[in-house]
Amino acid sequence: MAVTLTPSTAPVTPARPVRDRHHRGVSRWVVLALVTLGALVMLVPFAFMLLNAFKSPGDYSSGGPLSWPTEFYTKGLRTYWTEVNFPLKFWNSAIIAGSVAVLGVAVSLLNAYALGIGRVRGRLWIVGLFLLANMLPQEALIYPLYYVAKQVGLYNTQLSVIIIFTVIQSAFGTYLLASVMGTFPRSLLEAAALDGAGKWTVLWRVVFPNLRPTLAVLLIFFFIWTWNEFLIPLVMLIDNQTQTIPVALASLQGDRLMDAPTTNAGALISLVPAILFFLIFQRTLARGITAGAEK
Amino acid sequence: MAVSETVAATPPAATPTPPAPSRRRRGRNAAYWLYLLPGAVLFLLVIGAPLVGTLYLSLTKWSGIGDPRWVGLDNYQQLLQDDVFWASFRNTVWMLVAMVVVPTVLGLLLAAVLFDVIGRRFKPRTAAALRAAFYLPQVLPVVVAGIVWGWILRPDGAFNSLLDAVGLGALRHDWLGDPGTALPAVMAVMIWVQIGYPVVVFMAALQRVDPELYEAAEVDGANWLHRFRAITLPQIRPETFVVALTCTIAALKVFGPIFALTRGGPDNATNVPSYFAYYTFFKKLQVGYGSAISMVLTLIIVVVAGIFIWMQARSERRDRGF
Repeated sequence: MAVTLTPSTAPVTPARPVRDRHHRGVSRWVVLALVTLGALVMLVPFAFMLLNAFKSPGDYSSGGPLSWPTEFYTKGLRTYWTEVNFPLKFWNSAIIAGSVAVLGVAVSLLNAYALGIGRVRGRLWIVGLFLLANMLPQEALIYPLYYVAKQVGLYNTQLSVIIIFTVIQSAFGTYLLASVMGTFPRSLLEAAALDGAGKWTVLWRVVFPNLRPTLAVLLIFFFIWTWNEFLIPLVMLIDNQTQTIPVALASLQGDRLMDAPTTNAGALISLVPAILFFLIFQRTLARGITAGAEK
Repeated sequence: MAVSETVAATPPAATPTPPAPSRRRRGRNAAYWLYLLPGAVLFLLVIGAPLVGTLYLSLTKWSGIGDPRWVGLDNYQQLLQDDVFWASFRNTVWMLVAMVVVPTVLGLLLAAVLFDVIGRRFKPRTAAALRAAFYLPQVLPVVVAGIVWGWILRPDGAFNSLLDAVGLGALRHDWLGDPGTALPAVMAVMIWVQIGYPVVVFMAALQRVDPELYEAAEVDGANWLHRFRAITLPQIRPETFVVALTCTIAALKVFGPIFALTRGGPDNATNVPSYFAYYTFFKKLQVGYGSAISMVLTLIIVVVAGIFIWMQARSERRDRGF
């Protein structure tokens, strides 16, 4: 491999490494400073958000976006919280993302069991089809879905969004789990079969416990992806009772109610659940990823 | 990451061929179809049928009420002469730059620096904290990011105030309102949104690389750049493929940030196919025309994904050949 190129491109002179190490002593601090600067630039918008979420409108119009707030003003937060009915929006987002995560993993597991372990005929094509389905632009599906949902009375219900995303997410999950199960130790399956276990028992007693770390990662991905989805909820959920957090915030854009401090307050509140969720499950994610790498 | 791990392992052709299945064995495998049944029914209802529906609608004229009127390929012919359509695809190329090229290249450099320099010559916690800073925008719902940036880039927003504060007030500008600067501004926001994803995936990938490779290279006197080119890049190529593919698909489909930042404006300067399709469906009520836009976008995505997967399979085969 390309590694063998190294000696020829870097002729070794005995004196060089010493000088190099000496030189690196300073340069590593330069590198650290540069990367830290980059990281700070990434955080600037969050700082803007924090700075302006607690500013009164009068304060904002006299001091501008960069001034330090003269008082700790929380009315913007409260206005947003009550006007938008944030607890309801939070509940809507949570119920949709939570249901999709659980149902999506369940459907992926069943599909992948047939494809990865059952090795049904034409499985490569079926897996490819699922992968492709996950990549489709949602615009290619949205109008028929919208039209049919209206016909059958599912329009403006969370159920419609849950069904749609269960399928879209499980398309990816099937692809992922099918290839994970393709490497599942056959000896375990055969041992269970010798013990007289049926397919259903093997799935729940042998395959499921072994795949738990991967399934946990998939569950979290599905939750976050669905939580952040926009187009389909925007089209399907049209009133205050059903909307999710991103849709509610976007539909208030340009509204008289949304002055700069309230916009920032709203964005800040919308950010909090995502960050909490991320912090809580960060360990699970890291564990799942290592578990996947060790297999 | 688990994702890339499995992508690399996809073609199960390498598994030893099982003994020719007896009739009983084949019968047993057929029972597995039952497990595919719920997934298949849902798939047909939510993806298969609507896709065929959109294909049919793209050959009609329809406002969403009454019966669609068959017009054959008229919509597609009209598309070819539609300046907005071409503008939206030109903008997609710029989205590919902002969401694929820049984040992948910067992400590779950052991940290598964080892992190789900062993680090893400083505390690993320093590298983890810096990584978290780059990843934070990925946690933010992308529409919320769009709304905050929309405010920052407003004429009276934080960015112009920042310019004033550092004495560059002459550069004050309506960044998203001017057709000349709207697209670069949106691209900058997308880089900010996207960069954390490759950084995290590449850093996870680097943990898989044998540290002895780096140590051996260092003993041989290879400097950082040599190590980056000779070890880092080839070792994490599978992950690079996955990142490039997923970012490319995301860039082709980008909708939420455009909706929140500019709604495709001003003057279509930031319009993209998916927003153009949405607008045609639900604001102009031209369902047939919107379907045609969606089908063209679908076709492009399928072709691009096919090329990627083919290239990946080829490079894996070549690796195995050596």
